[in-house]
Amino acid sequence: MKTMEPAYGAPEAPRPATGLSNSALGMLAFIATELMFFAALVSAYLVISSTAEAWPPEGQPRLPIEISALNSLILFASGWMIFKAFRSFKADPASETTRKEVGLTLWLGTVFVGIQGVEWIRLLSFGMTMTSSQYGAFFYLIIGTHALHAIGAVLALWRLVRKLDAGTLKEESFHAVQMFWYFVVGIWPILYVLVYLS
Amino acid sequence: MAEVAHAEVGHGDHHDDHHEQSFWSKYIFSTDHKIIGFQYMFTGMAMALIGGYFAYVFRMQLAFPGASIPFWGTLSPAAYNSLVTNHGTIMIFWVAMPVLIAAMGNFLIPLMIGCDDMVFPKVNRLSFQIFLLSAIVLIISFFVPGGGFGGAWTAYPPLSAKAEFNATPFGAPLWLIAVTLEIVAFLLGGINFITTTMNARAKGMKMYDIPIIVWMIVIASILFMCSVGPLVAGAVMLLFDQTMGTAFFDANAGGDPVLWQHLFWFFGHPEVYVVLLPAMGIVGEVTCTFARKKLFAYKLILYSSVGLGILSFFVWAHHQFISGVDPRATYLFTTTTLLISIPVAIIMFAYIATLYGGSIRFTTAMLFGLAFTGEFLLGGVTGIWLGSSGTDIYLHDTYFVLAHFHYTFVPIAIIATFAAIYYWFPKMFGRKMNETWGKIHFWGTIIPFNGIFIPLFILGAGGQHRRIYNYQNFPDLAGADMQDMRVFATVSLIIMLIFQLVFIVNFIVSLKRGEKAGKNPWKANTLEWITESPPPHGNFGATMPEVYRGPYEYSVEGREKDYWPQNEKPEPENR
Repeated sequence: MKTMEPAYGAPEAPRPATGLSNSALGMLAFIATELMFFAALVSAYLVISSTAEAWPPEGQPRLPIEISALNSLILFASGWMIFKAFRSFKADPASETTRKEVGLTLWLGTVFVGIQGVEWIRLLSFGMTMTSSQYGAFFYLIIGTHALHAIGAVLALWRLVRKLDAGTLKEESFHAVQMFWYFVVGIWPILYVLVYLS
Repeated sequence: MAEVAHAEVGHGDHHDDHHEQSFWSKYIFSTDHKIIGFQYMFTGMAMALIGGYFAYVFRMQLAFPGASIPFWGTLSPAAYNSLVTNHGTIMIFWVAMPVLIAAMGNFLIPLMIGCDDMVFPKVNRLSFQIFLLSAIVLIISFFVPGGGFGGAWTAYPPLSAKAEFNATPFGAPLWLIAVTLEIVAFLLGGINFITTTMNARAKGMKMYDIPIIVWMIVIASILFMCSVGPLVAGAVMLLFDQTMGTAFFDANAGGDPVLWQHLFWFFGHPEVYVVLLPAMGIVGEVTCTFARKKLFAYKLILYSSVGLGILSFFVWAHHQFISGVDPRATYLFTTTTLLISIPVAIIMFAYIATLYGGSIRFTTAMLFGLAFTGEFLLGGVTGIWLGSSGTDIYLHDTYFVLAHFHYTFVPIAIIATFAAIYYWFPKMFGRKMNETWGKIHFWGTIIPFNGIFIPLFILGAGGQHRRIYNYQNFPDLAGADMQDMRVFATVSLIIMLIFQLVFIVNFIVSLKRGEKAGKNPWKANTLEWITESPPPHGNFGATMPEVYRGPYEYSVEGREKDYWPQNEKPEPENR
C-alpha cells in the first residue's frame, strides 16, 4: 500500500458464478436500468408522435441530419477505439499504444459532445425550444438525456486516462467504463433513426 | 509486493485493525453494511411515525368531519389532500422500501452469505446519504408556501402538472425531486445487493444454498432496477411540465395524460412485488426456524418468485381499466393479473406446507410471520375482483381498492417488518426483545388492523369513493350506518397506533436490559447466527465461514440436535 509501484494488472479473479468482476456486474445492472429508462423515453416519444397530426410539426426547423450522421461516425469510431484500447491494456497496460488509443477514445467522445453542443445552439437560434412544440420538447428530452450520458462517460474516460498515466488503473474499472461507453455508443443509432429520421 | 496484493483485495483490508473510531465516522459516515442497515431502519421507522400521524389526522377528519383534531387543529381540504398524498408516498417510498429492502438487505445479505461487507461499501454509504437527502427534501416540502404536494401519491396529470389545479406550486416539484432522489438511492443499493450476492458468497455456498430471503431481495432488486427507469423518465417529464412549461402530459397541447399513468404503473406494479418479495423472504426464514422444519419446496418457491417477477411487468394497466384503455387490452391485462396470483399462491401454500407436521414455537416473530400469511391472503384474494376489468369498473377508486391494498401493504410493510425485527433483534443488538410485551404488541396490532380495514371493504362495496374530504356533502354516503363504520375504523387506527408505543418502549428497554441473546438464540441454521451478537466489524472475525449444506436442514433424522448450521463440517461417513 505504501509502496508507489504501479498496481497494474492483477485483476480481481472473476467469480465462477458469473464470470464477471464486481465492477462489471454492477455496471451491467446499472445499464439494465438505463436501458429501461431510454425505452420509456422512446415509447413516450412514439405514443405522442404517432398520435400527432403532423410530425414533425409545421414551423419547426429541420434537424441537422447530415452533420449528425457524420457525428455518429465519430461516435462509432470512438466505440471501436475503446475496444482496441481495452485489448491493448490487457496485453500491456503501460504500452504506448494503450495510452494513444485511450486518449483517442476520449478525444473522439469529446468531439461528439462538442458538435452536438454547436448544433443545439443553432437549433435554439432557429426558435426550437422545449416549449415551442412537442417536437422540440422530445428532441431536447431524448437527445439531451443521451448527451448527459455522453458527458458523464467522457468524464469517466478522462478520469481513466488520468489513472492510466498515474499507473493506478485497474482492469475491472476499465472494463466497467468500457461497458458504459458501449451503452452510450450503442443506444445512439436507435435514437438517431427515431428522432432525426422521423 | 505482498502489501500491494493485500490492497488489491480492496475494502476488506481495514477490517482487521480495530482502531477506535469517532462517533461521527462510526455511525454517520460509516461504510459498514450493518451500520448502513441501521441507518435505513431508523430513518424508515421515523418516517413511519410521520406517515402514521398523517393517517391519524385524516382518519379523524373522515370520522368527525369539521371537528378540531387533537394534535393538529381543524383540517382544511388542501391540507387533507396533502396529508393523504404524503401518507401514501411516505409509507411506500420511505418506510416499506428502506426498511424491507435497504435495511434488511444491508444488514442480512453479507451476514447470510458469509462475507465481510458489501462489494461496493462507498457506493452503499452514498446510497444512504442520497436517501437521507430525499427524506429531508420531502419533509421540507411540507413547510413551503402552499404546503406539501396534494395530487395523490400516483400524481396523475393534469392535477399534478399544474399548480393552478393542485394548489401546491412548490410542494409538487419538491415531491418529484424527493421521489427521484429516493429512487437513485435504491438504485445504488440494488447494484450492491445483486453484485454482492452473486460475487461474494462464502466458499461452498452454491446457488441453492442461498437463504430464501437473500434470493427474494436480489429478485426484488432486479425487478426494481428493470422497472424504475420509466418512472424516472416520467418524473423528469412531469417536472418539466411543472416548472418549464412543456406539455408532455397536457392534452390541450398535443400531450397525453394517460402516458403518465403508463409510465407510473409500469414501475408501480412491479414495485408492489419489490416490497412483497423481501417480506415473503422474511416470513419464509421465520416460518422455517420456528416450525423446526425444512422449507417446503425451496426450488419451487425460488422459481415462482422469478416467474412472479417476470409476470409483474405485464400487469400494470389493470390500474387503468377506466382510464380510456382499449377494452380489448383490458382482457389481456385481466388475464395476466389473474395469472400472477398463481405464483403468489404457490409460495403461500409452500409456507403452509412448511408448517405441516412441524413442532411450531409461537414466538412473537412467528406470530407476526403467521399473521402475514393469513392477512396477506385476504389482501390477495380481494385483488381478484379488482383485477377483473368487469368488477373493477364498479369498484375502481372506492374504499374497496383502498382496503385491498392496505391488506397487502400492511402485512408487507408493518407485519413482516415486525417479524423481522423480533427475529433479528438479538443479532442486531445482542439482546432479545421481551416476549410478553411482544405478544401484547402483536395482538394490539393485528386486531385493530382488521378493525380498520374490514369496515372499509364494506364501505367501498357500498360505493364510498376515495379522495373525498367530507362525506356529509354527499347524501348517499352520509348515512348513519356508514358514518358509524368510519368512526369504528378511525378508533381502531388510534388503538393500533397506541399499541405501537408498546413496541417502541420494548425496543428501547430491550436495547439496554433485554435478556442476553448469545450467538444463536433461535437455534437457526443460516450463517448470521454463527458469529457474535452483535457481529463485529468484518462480521466473522479471523476465519470466514465455509458452507457445506443448504440453509434449512432442521430436524434431520439421525441427528441429535434438530438444527444443522450451514457451516458445520460434515462428520466422516464411516463413523
